[in-house]
Amino acid sequence: MLEINKLSVKYDNIRVLHYISMQIRKGEMVALIGANGAGKTTVLRTISGLLKAESGEILFEGKDITKMSSHNIVASGIIHVPEGRQIFTKMTIEENLKLGAYLQRDRSVIKRNFEKVFSLFPILKQRLHQQAGTLSGGEQQMLAIGRALLGNPKLLLLDEPSMGLSPIMTQQVFSVLESLKKEGITMLLVEQNAYEALEISDRAYILETGNITLEGRSSGLIQDPNVKKAYLGGD
Amino acid sequence: MRLRDSNLFRFIIFVLIPLIVIIICGFSSGSYYAGLVNLFGINVILVASLNLVNGFSGMFSMGHAAFMAIGAYAAAILTLPANQKLISMPGLPEWLIYMRLPYPVALIIGGILAAFVALLIGFPVLRFKGHYLSVATIGLIVIVRAVLDNEDELTNGARGVTGLPNYASTWTIFGAAVICLFILYRLIRSSYGRGLTAMRDDYVAAQTIGINLTTKKISAFCISAFMAGVAGGLWGHMQSVISGKFFYIDASFKIVETSIIGGMSSLSGAVVGSLLMTFIPELLAPLETGIEVFGIRLPELYGASNLIMAALLIVIIIFRRQGIMGYSEIITESLFSAKTYSSVLKKSEYKKLCDIVAHKIKELSSRVKSKGA
Amino acid sequence: MDGFIYFLIQSVNGLKLGSVYAIVAVGYSMVYGILRLINFAHGDIMTVGVYTILVLMTAFGVPLWVTVLLSVVIAIAVGLATERIAYRPLRTAGEEATLISSLAVSIFMQNLIMMIFSPQRRAFHLPEYLSRLHTIGFIKLSTMNIITFAAVFIILIVLSLVIKKTRIGMAMRACSDNLNASKLMGININAVIVTAFAIGSGLAALSGLMLAGEYKTIDPLMGFVPGLKAFCAAVLGGIGSLSGAVLGGFILGIAEMLFAGLMPTDFTAYRDAFVFVLLILVLLVRPYGILGSKEGGRS
Repeated sequence: MLEINKLSVKYDNIRVLHYISMQIRKGEMVALIGANGAGKTTVLRTISGLLKAESGEILFEGKDITKMSSHNIVASGIIHVPEGRQIFTKMTIEENLKLGAYLQRDRSVIKRNFEKVFSLFPILKQRLHQQAGTLSGGEQQMLAIGRALLGNPKLLLLDEPSMGLSPIMTQQVFSVLESLKKEGITMLLVEQNAYEALEISDRAYILETGNITLEGRSSGLIQDPNVKKAYLGGD
Repeated sequence: MRLRDSNLFRFIIFVLIPLIVIIICGFSSGSYYAGLVNLFGINVILVASLNLVNGFSGMFSMGHAAFMAIGAYAAAILTLPANQKLISMPGLPEWLIYMRLPYPVALIIGGILAAFVALLIGFPVLRFKGHYLSVATIGLIVIVRAVLDNEDELTNGARGVTGLPNYASTWTIFGAAVICLFILYRLIRSSYGRGLTAMRDDYVAAQTIGINLTTKKISAFCISAFMAGVAGGLWGHMQSVISGKFFYIDASFKIVETSIIGGMSSLSGAVVGSLLMTFIPELLAPLETGIEVFGIRLPELYGASNLIMAALLIVIIIFRRQGIMGYSEIITESLFSAKTYSSVLKKSEYKKLCDIVAHKIKELSSRVKSKGA
Repeated sequence: MDGFIYFLIQSVNGLKLGSVYAIVAVGYSMVYGILRLINFAHGDIMTVGVYTILVLMTAFGVPLWVTVLLSVVIAIAVGLATERIAYRPLRTAGEEATLISSLAVSIFMQNLIMMIFSPQRRAFHLPEYLSRLHTIGFIKLSTMNIITFAAVFIILIVLSLVIKKTRIGMAMRACSDNLNASKLMGININAVIVTAFAIGSGLAALSGLMLAGEYKTIDPLMGFVPGLKAFCAAVLGGIGSLSGAVLGGFILGIAEMLFAGLMPTDFTAYRDAFVFVLLILVLLVRPYGILGSKEGGRS
């Protein structure tokens, strides 16, 4: 579904991604794991067109999206839940969700998606007319995911959905991701919380200073001694 | 090996040649070209001091003309003879009318007054990030202009003050310019200056390492205003006429423009920018009065020179945002390093320069040959 | 009693001026809200509009309403051209670069107008039917004033409806709330920015007409200071907020006229200075404006 070939990205003349390649198949949940500053967020930002690639290509459903602008990439079905949630703090929750459906024309689809989001996150329905900035961190994360679902994603890019959340909230977010996975939504999950990410995902890539150093089935990687040592705090 | 690595070369370009030009101008005062060179010297002070704020501290002031005006009027009031003041500025308090101070003292007092005004305006505005300072400083220009034009008794109103004694000789101007450059050069190399650049590059990080940002911003702004005040005092006594319209928004913009074109984050940029912006408009001036091109007489294009400079500014900001000099300090480094001066006495330096030049010539000729073939 | 009447008259004059500021400030605030750009050239777009009207009216004798329409179109075209040439290439370069660029654009436009029309001040007369005075009680208003009030009222209502209710309006609010997140919603931010510039430039042209009609003279630099004052108005009301811009515009206009009218005549020349002193005082006591929030200033 998504194919990244030899992608490199420069940031202020410093190359932060070195010719990486990745694939995501339909219905799969892939985790991208790495330390702070490894370039995980850069991968997502480049896929969704916020950053321009230096070289290489990104194919989505066989179509080259490398040079497309963000709004066209969103239109093709890639929805990005950015790091730090990035909700519209001065707008209401309803408006935030409507903005998620900005490109959707079919009212019945929008309505269905609203229902789905409300059943996943009942709290959002209760606070529909509240300013989004007043929500707690966990609620904001739910809003960010809900907003993304209203975009009718074929591929969901999730950047550190557990960042800054309490352990309980983190569990809640991961269980939502699990149910989305059951629905068959394809996902690319970037996480520092490596253990959780490997538990939930099908396959994973490990990114170190802009290079992919390891890839494979998550169930296998979780047993890998090197991975254990570097990312799982094990010995 | 590059030419700029030779200390002797630096001496010739950045010390010897300017010195010769200044000496020639110093002894031919009154000539048109000497006047231009003097203007260049004043521009260096203005732009270099503006760079301390706009380039090294990441704020954006546009109010230099206001500080110039304050310095110029203060210096005028402190140096004009009493009988002249009685005619044009009768509203001054008596002690000011009869006070006459030596010119350098008057310049410094003008600078201090400018710095004081900078403090007044900087305090409310500089607490915030973003570019409120730009608008507030333009506002300051409007305020200063209103005072100058309307307080007839104190400033002779819009007619301005005339007959300022011709104290701003080439020597004084360039003496002041070198002193200002030296102070700024030492300042930006000190821990104070590193704090400023840290603030420019990463506001939050600078805060976390315990730099008191507001104090730093305000002090840099005041130092800069002080120098602009001194430059104003020099300017007034060079032109011998001052009035509000010379210190208005367009004058201020020109200083900002010069600073950006030369490179805001470099004192050497101030020198290069001033050089270009003092002399290029002279070349473009004929456009404004109408010139003949291939026998066709062009109409008077009033504003053409400013228009071209503005277009140049847009091109620079898009394609070379850091200005011509970028972050390089080659001119000030050469000017204030003992190595530059001692190189004159060293035989090895002469040999090195010859080698480099010979090498350059060889390189050039081989390039010409390869092109020919 | 006379004093009170005089106060009322000055207040009405303040409303006139304030409506001009309000309209310019709305456009200013819109662009600032999205790009964090203090667009120094905004006031000069006003000048462009006025000179367009002058040329069409005096040289070609086109009826006023057509010239107004054309001046709006030309102002929009110029506004969009500046955006494309001088601001868009600097989108990722930071606030300072666009600020400088807008300064250069302002100098460029002022000098271009000077080059074409000479720096001289020119008379600007509205047709007789617009400058005719009506006396309502002790207040004199020209037809133009009445049209202006009505126009400001209509424009502001239409604009706030557009911003609140329409798709592009929601996109604009989203962009000024969080530009990057807006991209991820599939909003074409270039289209939104272009819309904001178009609305701002069109409104600037209209306000230019109002200003010129009031002062009866025009010159190539006429737009710059009113443009800055409009920015002050936007800051006063809380920059980034449209209702704040309108409120700020009216407060500033009334304050300025009251200052000019009620202070001793020696002080009337300090009108412009007063506006900026007011700005500095506002920044001192309420830096985020009357209706602004700390986040709104993104500071």
